[in-house]
Amino acid sequence: MTDSVTDISAMIIEKLLANPKVPRDIDGNSKIVEDLAFDSLAVMNFVMEIEDEIDVSVPLDKLADIRTINDLAGCLHALKVAQA
Amino acid sequence: MIDIFAKHAGLREAYGALTATSPRNPFEVVIERPVSASVGIIEGRETLLFGTNNYLGLSQSKKAIKAAVETAETMGVGTTGSRIANGTFGLHRKLEARLAEFFRRKHCMVFSTGYQANLGTISALVNKDDILLLDADSHASIYDGAKLSGAQVIRFRHNDPVDLEKRLARLKDHPGAKLIVAEGIYSMTGNVAPLDKFVDIKTRHGAYLMADEAHSFGVMGANGRGVAEVQGCEDGIDFVVGTFSKSLGTVGGYCVTNHDGVDLMRLCSRPYMFTASLPPEIIAATMAALEDMQERPELRTKLQDNAARLHAGLQKAGLKTGEHVSPVVAVTLETVDQAVAFWNALLENGVYVNLSLPPATPDNRPLLRCSVMAAHSPEEIDRAVVVFGEVARHFGL
Repeated sequence: MTDSVTDISAMIIEKLLANPKVPRDIDGNSKIVEDLAFDSLAVMNFVMEIEDEIDVSVPLDKLADIRTINDLAGCLHALKVAQA
Repeated sequence: MIDIFAKHAGLREAYGALTATSPRNPFEVVIERPVSASVGIIEGRETLLFGTNNYLGLSQSKKAIKAAVETAETMGVGTTGSRIANGTFGLHRKLEARLAEFFRRKHCMVFSTGYQANLGTISALVNKDDILLLDADSHASIYDGAKLSGAQVIRFRHNDPVDLEKRLARLKDHPGAKLIVAEGIYSMTGNVAPLDKFVDIKTRHGAYLMADEAHSFGVMGANGRGVAEVQGCEDGIDFVVGTFSKSLGTVGGYCVTNHDGVDLMRLCSRPYMFTASLPPEIIAATMAALEDMQERPELRTKLQDNAARLHAGLQKAGLKTGEHVSPVVAVTLETVDQAVAFWNALLENGVYVNLSLPPATPDNRPLLRCSVMAAHSPEEIDRAVVVFGEVARHFGL
């Protein structure tokens, strides 16, 4: 099971790089909308894929505060801890 | 001074690129006038209409037209007020009683549009302490209702009972009410929801279920009560929402339920309370169209036959359609440029369909959304299929 923010961030990057349209030079500080050119629907659909990886559900209102990959990792980690 | 429109720069760029390559603006098509339910004048030419929601052709119902005219002459053309102030006429109550009877439910609330029916129902049923579970491909009105409610929103994979159950299981200790929202027929793809499976899941997890039957009311089921009627699970659906602007050919929306608590929704549903009620002639036309629909079940049979004919025809022409046979048949294309060119060619050859572009489509791919009506003749459907085939060949698809 993934358990740290760093691990989750690495897993997100690995998932993102599986998409050939995503720039190769992304890191935890990359901005999901600006740097990855994701629209709101693409963000929601991508989060859905990640949710299954670590068995949490992210309420949509949480996405409003997420800018970077590390933000997303932090959010998923906090939800996972709260769920435990 | 900050440019208040600066936030729309991305939209302006996308819109500019789209309209620069298209001989006409796909978002500004004008139907100069309908000639019949299935034919309209567009750009001065008679054009086959395969992109409306007029499934039963009742926008041209003689009975509804007569009722609207007579009512306008005797009652005027508007109520000038909200349902909770001066905007409830006897006709509004009568329509609510008729719909409750039609759906075999205890209660009905009528809203001024289908959009408001979703906004008004969802936002009154749940609040910040509750959880909404929405099918990922839900209509914008459902997402907007969710936002207005303040509830926590969790999406589940489109039409996927296993994914829904997994998400409900994660919420087992959440203290708030849980409301699942799904549609009967999905407006973009024509996909039909497994409502019977959702009923089974919501029962086991102590959740409520709302079904938006906007595109299936009057269209599916022996009596036209929608997908829930076809799947024999009406008793398990807590709230059914829908619209008059599709199968009944008018405008307005409704919510029907057996839950007595719905009466208080009239005093806390803002999209119900803070807008003018439907004009009397629209209510009269809607009631007449409902009668017309009930008296002519053959319209539904014809619609299903037409849906099967169009679906099979487009598949035979080698086009990529969804697997469900429903009055919405969507042809999926790969790129926006391809879809825009295809859509223009169809219109120039006398067939109007809807051009649906991402992000309003699933999968980020463009769709040519076709819808059939009971009013289409077999020859009109065959003609549309021939034009689709010719255009596809022209573009090497």
